[in-house]
Amino acid sequence: MLRYALRRLATFPLLLALIYGSAVLLIMAAPGEGLESGERELPPEVLAAKRVAYNYDQPWWQRYFWTWPKRLMWDGDLPAHQYEDWTVVEILRSALPVSLQLGLLALCLAVLLGLTGGVVAVAFRGRWLEHLSVGLCLVGISLPTFVIGAALLIVVGLWLRAVPVGGWGRPAQALLPAITLALPYAAYIARLTRAALLDAYAEDFIRTARAKGLSETRVLLDHALPHALLPVLSYLGPASAAIFTGSFVVEKVFSVPGMGTHVVESIHNRDQSLILATVMVYAVLLAGFNLLVDLLYGLVDPRIRVGAPSA
Amino acid sequence: MSTPALDFWRRFRRHRAAVLSAVLLLLLLVGSFGTLPWSVRGMRTQQLQAARQPPSSTYPLGTDEVGRNLLWRMLYGGAVSLSLGLLAAGLAVGIGTAYGAVAGYVGGRCDAVMMRVVDVLYALPTLLLVMLFTVSIGSVLQRGLALSGETARFVVLALAIGGVSWLTVARVVRGQVLSLRERPFIEAARALGLPTHRILLRHLLPNLVGPVIVFATLTVPQAILQESFLSFLGVGVQPPQATWGSLAADGVRALNPVRFDWWLVVFPGAALAFTLLALNFVGDGLRDALDVRRGVGAAGRSVAG
Repeated sequence: MLRYALRRLATFPLLLALIYGSAVLLIMAAPGEGLESGERELPPEVLAAKRVAYNYDQPWWQRYFWTWPKRLMWDGDLPAHQYEDWTVVEILRSALPVSLQLGLLALCLAVLLGLTGGVVAVAFRGRWLEHLSVGLCLVGISLPTFVIGAALLIVVGLWLRAVPVGGWGRPAQALLPAITLALPYAAYIARLTRAALLDAYAEDFIRTARAKGLSETRVLLDHALPHALLPVLSYLGPASAAIFTGSFVVEKVFSVPGMGTHVVESIHNRDQSLILATVMVYAVLLAGFNLLVDLLYGLVDPRIRVGAPSA
Repeated sequence: MSTPALDFWRRFRRHRAAVLSAVLLLLLLVGSFGTLPWSVRGMRTQQLQAARQPPSSTYPLGTDEVGRNLLWRMLYGGAVSLSLGLLAAGLAVGIGTAYGAVAGYVGGRCDAVMMRVVDVLYALPTLLLVMLFTVSIGSVLQRGLALSGETARFVVLALAIGGVSWLTVARVVRGQVLSLRERPFIEAARALGLPTHRILLRHLLPNLVGPVIVFATLTVPQAILQESFLSFLGVGVQPPQATWGSLAADGVRALNPVRFDWWLVVFPGAALAFTLLALNFVGDGLRDALDVRRGVGAAGRSVAG
């Protein structure tokens, strides 16, 4: 276990280097340096000065692989192309926590709602609660989040006036965006849980538990549910990747001041410094999260030799 | 009489939801592609005096803010959405099958490394990468192949979405190949001294058709959803092009407390939802009919992205 963890940690820098390399490659394939402002032509002196300020006077390998990383992480003064008075660090510091809070909240909600949904569907097999749960899951996976979000916004925010319709900072403002972001994944987790629980019911250990005279509730929660946690746990890695980037879409629906706008704007404007920084921040975040999930997986299920290739 | 095809049909027919869904999909396909010659022009015709009309007998699905008939736009958008989904899924399945088959058949260290790569790719911020792909490869295509902006966008979106959706297919195919590899008929082929590529293409691949078809059906809705997110963020298809996703996104953006043009959201949203539901049902039906084993760990990832 420890050796596996260490080996995974050792490949981490290599992985990040690979991602950074591909991001640089993609950025260099896109035309333009993102310095020209769209509306008016810049005087040549200004453009030349800007090129120096952004290190475009250096050869590309020096710029991307030495100066920019150093200015970003060490000096902290790497400017973003589109907002000239802002450094990349300042932008990340103001927007990233918002996106991360939203993402984490949604992730917790997704697990909570998903497990509940799956358990309810199995506990009430053949009754209307099962149909409700299964039906909600189908809606959850087949509507884009922005449509669900807009519907919630109109019904809960505008008609019922129960929560504020946008912005960020108060818990009430986080409620709708988090639910919207969580729903598709909650639906998927519910489906996974339900399938795994039904699988578990076919196993001998459930028959043993029933033969011992345990109540149906105890059988479900204490014996079948742990069995169902594994597929859910292994889904958390990819789900977190999708949720944290999916928050860009939800942020736009609810005007949440997170990374979403910066990401889209930076890509539109070829804001190279901000794009590279964002890609790397998310790569570190998601790869780290995945590592955590994999290690947890090994801890939860001792049968699994995590070092072996996944089946 | 009992041929494999007949057996398959019998099993598939038992799935009422899947059969209904297949019929619905067929109708949608025929409807949106069959009307293309008219919808191409119809989707662009603006009648400013008839802007923001609710559904009526002249405009069955209403009109948008510049007076374009939503019916034409939906029919046209359907053709684009569906072909984008099919193209991206085809690409994903192609890459995934090749990758998974090689990893599973060669095995050993090679397999371990190849599957680690897949694990790692699962953790990438896909949406970010797809956006990056669309801007960089889009311009390359436009310059290199002299494609028009619209076509380049379409191709790039399909390439980018397909390029990040092959992971699940690769996992499933590898799993299948691992179990097939040990079967006597493969051993026999190896004993005959057939070269590896021949075993892969002639003996393994035909046995993979079942799972591959199932996962292709499940990848199409994912691709369509991805495109709708990109359109909503403004990096999908560019106006006046339309897909169901971009129409729904436009509708959501046009919503405000004063004007409530519900039809601009509800109809494209419903088209998307029904198509995605139908594809999921057909996928489930095919899975049962083709008797594909459910790898929960692998199938569990098809929603990611």
